[in-house]
Amino acid sequence: MGQINLGTSAQNTWCPGCGNFAILNAIKAVFAELHSEGLPLENLVLVSGIGCHGKIADYINLNSFYSIHGRAVPVAEAIKLANPGLKVICFAGDGDAYGEGIEHLVFAAKRNVDITMIIHNNRVYGLTTGQYTPTSPLGFRGRSTPGGTQELPINPLELMLASGATYLARGTSHGIELLKKVFKEAIIHKGFSLVDVLQVCVTYFNMYEYYDKHVYELTGHDRQDYHQALGKIREWGYNQEAPIALGAFYEKELPTFEERFLIKNAKEAMGKDQIISELLKKM
Amino acid sequence: MNDFSILIGGKAGYGIDKASGVIGRLLNQLGYRIYVYRDYPSLIRGGHTFSIIRASNNRIAAHQEKVDFVLALNQETLDLHKARLKKDCLFIFDSEQVKTGIEPGCGVGLSLGKLLKEENAPEIMRNTCIIGALAKALGIGFDILTGVLKKEFTKNTDLNLKVAQRGFNEAKEWIKIEPLRQEILPLLTANQAIALGLIKGGLSAYIAYPMTPSSPILHYLAEIADECALEVIHPESEIAVILMALGFSYLGKKTAVGTSGGGFCLMTEGLSFAGMGELPVVIILGQRPGPSTGLPTYSAQTELHFALNAGQGEFARFIVAPGDAEEAYYWSAISMNISWKYQLPSIILSDKNLGEGISNFDLNKVPEIKTETAVFWDGKSPYKRYAITKNGVSPLAFPPLKDEIIKVNSYEHDEFGLTTEDPEETKLMQEKRLRKEKFLAEDLESVKTVNVYEGENSETALLCWGSNKGVCAEAGQRLGLKVIQPVVLNPFPVGQFQAALAGVKKLICVESNATGQLARLIRGYGFKVDDVISKYDGRPFALDELEETVKERL
Repeated sequence: MGQINLGTSAQNTWCPGCGNFAILNAIKAVFAELHSEGLPLENLVLVSGIGCHGKIADYINLNSFYSIHGRAVPVAEAIKLANPGLKVICFAGDGDAYGEGIEHLVFAAKRNVDITMIIHNNRVYGLTTGQYTPTSPLGFRGRSTPGGTQELPINPLELMLASGATYLARGTSHGIELLKKVFKEAIIHKGFSLVDVLQVCVTYFNMYEYYDKHVYELTGHDRQDYHQALGKIREWGYNQEAPIALGAFYEKELPTFEERFLIKNAKEAMGKDQIISELLKKM
Repeated sequence: MNDFSILIGGKAGYGIDKASGVIGRLLNQLGYRIYVYRDYPSLIRGGHTFSIIRASNNRIAAHQEKVDFVLALNQETLDLHKARLKKDCLFIFDSEQVKTGIEPGCGVGLSLGKLLKEENAPEIMRNTCIIGALAKALGIGFDILTGVLKKEFTKNTDLNLKVAQRGFNEAKEWIKIEPLRQEILPLLTANQAIALGLIKGGLSAYIAYPMTPSSPILHYLAEIADECALEVIHPESEIAVILMALGFSYLGKKTAVGTSGGGFCLMTEGLSFAGMGELPVVIILGQRPGPSTGLPTYSAQTELHFALNAGQGEFARFIVAPGDAEEAYYWSAISMNISWKYQLPSIILSDKNLGEGISNFDLNKVPEIKTETAVFWDGKSPYKRYAITKNGVSPLAFPPLKDEIIKVNSYEHDEFGLTTEDPEETKLMQEKRLRKEKFLAEDLESVKTVNVYEGENSETALLCWGSNKGVCAEAGQRLGLKVIQPVVLNPFPVGQFQAALAGVKKLICVESNATGQLARLIRGYGFKVDDVISKYDGRPFALDELEETVKERL
């Protein structure tokens, strides 16, 4: 199989040094790898929300659905339900998936729909020029909170574990090899998977140095063990000074929503008109 | 008796709704045409619930204020409906509950509690028992009632039959309702007709969050999902509903959603995306009185302008307001066709009275529904999801498609679906999308989009829309007036409407809202109404009530 070109004619408008480049390069490499292993490219469908992350839909030459802010997840779920043979990869920002549309994320995890969420978690609103998000640390000085936020961040991985997600991992934009590894695992995983990428916004919240100092890769961790996973997820709450674990926290194979949803008794042979007249007879 | 009404009332939880369906079906078996108005409060137990079952030898779609028979399961039923009783009204009542208000010789009292106890039957079966008494009072044979009860009660059938027999035996024949020699037609709600129409239109997924008065569509389609090969989904919110629908649509699955005003508020951002992304979707908007939570279980026609204007930006949409079960069926199928042919959202405006009212359905009266195919891609590479064409419709293709990329975008985009902010491209795309509505309007010229019911005096016309069709058509007939009912409301059928107005000197608009929304709409097209009869108490116009009001305004 020859080289594939996943680029588009769209001009890239991310800031130089933006953490989104790492996500873009890692995911393109994973797609090329999956393709070389026999996955037809047309079976990939990308869904994105609105924010700097969303531009990824314009930058990858694959089927895509560039949704509205906070509403990528229900679209991704529907695509999987409409055709379970597709691989659905859904990109979303932290303001997008953890803020505006958080209910969808909780329900998609609860249903264990076989979709992959990649969260561009830069912990700041970039496209709207620097406001705090649900994962910004306490006291974050953004343009809507000049005196510093007065609320603690959420721990999205803890929330997702509690909601029923069956694959959870974390990576950073300074670690493309790990990103490739967890992205591929997440896509191959059967069930709801989410990778929280600590992606750095160089313009509004440059955390490169902080992350480089605190991150470590999980070793000797039993990802099948819910309680171990919870412990490691709670080690850092997106706020305090603590070691930040990277890699897969949790993985479990459970029945997916679309499997449970398969239509059982469809009388395909019956035409629409016959179905309607049969139903009318009962009235 | 060729036109009579029965009121049955009691507390919520007494099975009034079920009983009204049984009575409707019983009279339907005799060849009568039926309309059932169901009035219930927004609660599960207690409160007052009642239904009015009207039977006639002609097709009807409205109830009458005055009733001929009252089945009272409690005292309240008598106290609350005094004004509705005709002089010679017959009462059938639970003598353990109803103590006052019935003149001697006007009623049949049954000791329902005692009868049920003797049969070891649960209290809920008081309704079946009183129906037994009604059958006897109307001179209907017990064999006919047995047939209906067997169909209606698949559980505890024998006990229901026994209890009905006791009621039947306790009463005496009051009047003989003669069977009519006409075809027996199915009896259904317009919500069910909408569901069947969607199936006719090729529905493959129905997505909804429960909300009165549209929930029954969700319930019905969920019940028949397997036999109709449907995916029926109830997600976390109306926002998820509309976005999921757009996801199904992207893959070429015909999808509909159903809600009421509040849920539609949540859907508006997704509706606008359907406009921008050119994603076909059918939305059933069952109206009820607002603002806000309003009167959840009552009816209104208040969302016409909301439906016309919902969603940011300017985009093409199709809006239709069917007036009865046949129209609901027909236009649901047509809406699906239009949505896919023109890749735009269709909104079916229903309301509680239409959606939950029970009436006959005659499939033979439904105009032919042609199977229309959408415009599909011809295979000439590269595929452009938003190719600019003469009528604005870009040929469709769905993932997965080998060697081709299908991109949908909520941003302004180029022909491939890539984001653009270019002024020239923006202008072309906006024009392309809006062009579709112009071609749709032309397409609709060959379809009957304005109904006209002629009267002897065609100088005065009643103008109505949606669920008021039935009551206006009948009132118009009685008073000899012309009745005009625009069914399609966007793109507005200006030509057909103009033709309908020929010879009309006085136009009286009848609407179930406080501000005259249809009157306001047609004013924008240069048409003026002379008077507006509006009702905004959540209740439908009764035939006799509307007749009186119109007479005063003539």
